[in-house]
Amino acid sequence: MLEVAGLSTRYGAITALRDADLSVAAGEVVALIGPNGAGKTTLLNTISGLLRPVAGCVTVDGADLTRAAPDRMLRAGVALVPEHRRIFRDLTVEENLLLGGVLIRAAERRRRVKELEARFEVLARKRTVPAGFLSGGEAQQLAIARALMSDPKLVLMDEPSLGLAPVLVDVVMQLIADLRASGRTILVVEQNAAKVLEVADRAYVMRTGEVVEEAPAHELATRTDLFAAYLGV
Amino acid sequence: MTELVQQLVDGLGRGGTYALLALGLAVVFGVLHLLNFAHGELITISAYVVYWLSSYDVPWWALAPVCVAVGAVASMGMEVVAFRWVRNASPFTLLVTSFGVAIVIQGFFQIAVSPKARKYDKPSWVFDTWEIGGVRLEVADLLTIAVTVVVLLGVVLVMQRTMFGIALRGAATDFDATRLMGLRANRAISGAFGLSGALAGVAAALILMRRGDASPTMGTDYMLKAVVAAIIGGLGSLPGAVVGGLVLGLAEVAFRSWLPDGIAGLTDGFVFAFVAVLLVVRPNGLFNVRSAERV
Repeated sequence: MLEVAGLSTRYGAITALRDADLSVAAGEVVALIGPNGAGKTTLLNTISGLLRPVAGCVTVDGADLTRAAPDRMLRAGVALVPEHRRIFRDLTVEENLLLGGVLIRAAERRRRVKELEARFEVLARKRTVPAGFLSGGEAQQLAIARALMSDPKLVLMDEPSLGLAPVLVDVVMQLIADLRASGRTILVVEQNAAKVLEVADRAYVMRTGEVVEEAPAHELATRTDLFAAYLGV
Repeated sequence: MTELVQQLVDGLGRGGTYALLALGLAVVFGVLHLLNFAHGELITISAYVVYWLSSYDVPWWALAPVCVAVGAVASMGMEVVAFRWVRNASPFTLLVTSFGVAIVIQGFFQIAVSPKARKYDKPSWVFDTWEIGGVRLEVADLLTIAVTVVVLLGVVLVMQRTMFGIALRGAATDFDATRLMGLRANRAISGAFGLSGALAGVAAALILMRRGDASPTMGTDYMLKAVVAAIIGGLGSLPGAVVGGLVLGLAEVAFRSWLPDGIAGLTDGFVFAFVAVLLVVRPNGLFNVRSAERV
């Protein structure tokens, strides 16, 4: 479904992502793990169109979407749940959801909001509350629901468990499993490597802007050497 | 009491136009982090269009909507011609570009028309007054207050009930996140400039019907007042811009009325000192704005 080949991205003179290759097949959950500054967020932001790569290519279902803007990626079925959630704090929960469906028709947008409010019960209860008042776990659910408004085939998730209490981390991991069960493909960046490897099929390890390892998740989960060398665990 | 009501009416009449201008500045600041110092030039452009159309005896009921359209189109034109090219540059570059745009527009009218002010006919009814309970109500003030209220209610409706408005409010908090939702950057920014320009056009119509002349640098004073109003409210805050504009208008009228005749010419100085004190107490303005850094 997603093919990334030789992708490189720079911030000015600094190369944050160097010659990255990865692939995600339909229906897979693929984890991207690595220490801070490894280039994981840069990779997701480049795939989603927020950043423009200086080299390499991104294809989705065979279509070349290198340097495509975020709206084109969404139309191609790729949505990003960004790092730190980036929900619109001054908008209500429902307005956040509506904005997630800015590309779809008004009637369809309303129908999707109702669907997602039925699925995420807390969002239905707090639909008129400004999103800035949500707890970390609620905000994460909103960020995920907002990304689902465009009915994406591939969901890119950046640090979904960041800043959450351990019990909420489990909730988020269950959400990832549920999304996979509903037929979606997921590429998830996560610092909590042990947790994400429990729900992932495969994983890539990144360090200093490069992809350095790729293996089935259950294999990587037992690689204590790798955890020590790359993840500092 | 009568004097207080009088000052309130005068202050709101003056502050209404500042509110409209400051709101326009805040809309653009929200999506681009640009304090557009060429915003006042939208009034200048409208003024010259009014001057030109007045020579064909076009009535004011037709000139007012023309000002709104001219403001919107000119503002969107500014974005395409000047700001789009430096959109990803530093805020300082954007700021300098806006000064550049202002200077080019002023220079254009100085060369193409004249450095001197050009007069046109004001509507005869604009300074008519009614007196109710000792309060003198000027048509221009009443019209400004009424138009400002209607326009602001319209803006609130657009902001609350339409996807365009929700997107602009979202963009004011986190522009890149709205892009992730699928909003096209060009369309969002162009829409923001269009709305900002239309608001400046409304303010221009209200200002120009009292003023009666067009001059190349006339926009500078209004732009400065709008910037101050936006800063009072909290730069980037839409409700803050409106409140800031009204506070500024009321402060101007109050100082003008309270200051002895000998120093009445220093009204603006006292108003700015008042604003400085206000900002010492509330450095971020009356309304706090949370905005995310651009990626």
